[in-house]
Amino acid sequence: MTTAKKTEKKTETTKTTETTETTEAVGGTKAAKTSTTATSLVWQRRRASVARFWKQYRTHRAGLYGLAALALIALLAATAPLTVGADVQSVTEAPGTALESPSAEFPLGTDQFGRSLLGLLIWGARISLLVGLLAAALSVAIGTVVGIIAGHYGGWFSTVVMRITDWFLVMPTLVLAIVLATVMSRSMWTVVLAIGVTSWPTTARLVRAQTIAVESRPYIERATALGGGHGHVMSRHVLPNVMPLVLAQTTLCISTAILTEATLAFLGLGDPTVVSWGGMLQDAREAGAVSSGHWWYLAPPGLAIALVALAFTLCGRAVEAVLNPKLGVGR
Amino acid sequence: MSARSLLEIKDLRVTYGSGAAAVPAVRGVDLTLEAGSKLGVAGESGCGKSTLALALLRLLPASARIEGEVLLDGEDVLSMSWGRLRAVRWAGASIVFQGAMHSLNAVHRIGDQIAEPLLVHGRSTPAAARRRVGELLEHVGLPAARAAAYPHELSGGQRQRVMIAMALACDPRLIVADEPTTALDVMIQAQILRLIERLVAEESISLLMISHDLAVLADTCDRLAVMYAGRVVEEGPARAVYEAAAHPYGRALSSAFPRIGDLASRRAPRGLPGDPPDPADLPGGCAFHPRCAVAVDACTELDQELREAGAGHRAACVHVGSRTPGSTS
Repeated sequence: MTTAKKTEKKTETTKTTETTETTEAVGGTKAAKTSTTATSLVWQRRRASVARFWKQYRTHRAGLYGLAALALIALLAATAPLTVGADVQSVTEAPGTALESPSAEFPLGTDQFGRSLLGLLIWGARISLLVGLLAAALSVAIGTVVGIIAGHYGGWFSTVVMRITDWFLVMPTLVLAIVLATVMSRSMWTVVLAIGVTSWPTTARLVRAQTIAVESRPYIERATALGGGHGHVMSRHVLPNVMPLVLAQTTLCISTAILTEATLAFLGLGDPTVVSWGGMLQDAREAGAVSSGHWWYLAPPGLAIALVALAFTLCGRAVEAVLNPKLGVGR
Repeated sequence: MSARSLLEIKDLRVTYGSGAAAVPAVRGVDLTLEAGSKLGVAGESGCGKSTLALALLRLLPASARIEGEVLLDGEDVLSMSWGRLRAVRWAGASIVFQGAMHSLNAVHRIGDQIAEPLLVHGRSTPAAARRRVGELLEHVGLPAARAAAYPHELSGGQRQRVMIAMALACDPRLIVADEPTTALDVMIQAQILRLIERLVAEESISLLMISHDLAVLADTCDRLAVMYAGRVVEEGPARAVYEAAAHPYGRALSSAFPRIGDLASRRAPRGLPGDPPDPADLPGGCAFHPRCAVAVDACTELDQELREAGAGHRAACVHVGSRTPGSTS
């Protein structure tokens, strides 16, 4: 409501400036007038389109649940330095004794060093979400660039690029990521890179198909006819038209990236100095949590991974349904 | 003829594909357009008129082979460097495409799209471009505030006006209008034609207009060229070609449209029997002979050249030179 009021107010102010300027009727101020009204118009339209998007998104209930879950997890992760603090990772200053079962002091029990598992879980969300987001962004960025270039140029160039893409597609992602994570130094960035460079082919294929569809439209011919070069056509005309697809693909990619991150960490390929959910699972396995029945060590990180992956998938599906009306509203 | 014409097309040939699958779409077209004049190109679908238009700015797909010369202001478009070609596109000659519905990008505001050529050619700053867009829109009869609209918010006629505004953006010397009034109703069609006429006259731009509608062309243009199977079969002053066509195909085209006030044409609307020839398998001799009512034996063997048929009027028919025009007119 408040935003709507603000918009109104803003248009009013621009109107008043407009009238004062027209009464002045000086040629020089004319340009300034058009530019101010144009920018305020742009913002007004942007707000309207966001509102429209939200109105449609709201109709997808599963998407709302996913968004709520994400908001909660993101809030916990963002406020972790205030609530649990970095000390939670410290092995030497652990508050409890080894492998305590859940109690009032430690709602999720402790690990083999006596650290609070709830604290670790919240702290681990930071690294899991960060790696997931960065890796998905990297993967989608590579896929979009490769897809648009392959789709735009076509011919033998496209064939070569797509065969390379196919090669990445048939390579088992996990094996490739393990190799990359092994040969490079152990850090969070290695994991991001390993996931990013192995999971882009799907996006590239999708974007290429969409690029070819967009390029057959007459406005691309017009853009060439008015003297636009390859870069102009790709960035000004193709990219905005494939962007909705890319956006939906990103949200869907994030859950895969988070799962892969957890897998790599579980296999011991993550950064050993930071706590992540996959890393916690690996610690639990090493501490013998499976055989000795320490369920409180094993279950929470696993459930957290599943929850975040599910939440991102639900959001991604809802975004996809809103941005691509062809999918219908049946979801 | 002036010292140098604005546009000179010399023996232009366009072939799609290659080898055995080669399809000639344009087979040796010669046309001249003086600065400030208006030339109409008419013909059925598939006669190569759109191919001709696209060849002028080298917009054909890479699979098309183009031969001949297209001199725009004395400069050969076909042998230009890529950078020079991009500069000539729109600044030297712009195109009003058929089907304005699809030639506008749905995700950009029309103001941004009209400004696009200005910015691509580095002709103005974004602020100046915005001002120019307002002028152009008012020039084509739309309020300047419509610059903020998206294409789907406009009607078909308004979109075509936007396309025309866009074609004028860089002050080109030549505008190629490829069926600019297709898919518009008759009222809007008339408005758009008047608009094009007015703008061309005001800014002394040359116009090359392509249409299947001979009546529309005769109304707008100074000269007319009739194309059949990739060739110009008749060329001359608009009135002469429309009212007294020398080539049987030109006659068939002009009588295909009933004339208001002419009872005879209404009672006996005449079509042309048969289909346009398959460009991959053209008949020998004059390409038109299988459908021609006045064909003689020579037509099946001899390809007909353009002959003089009056003042500035030429036609490619065996009957033209021998002064025995068909009695069917």
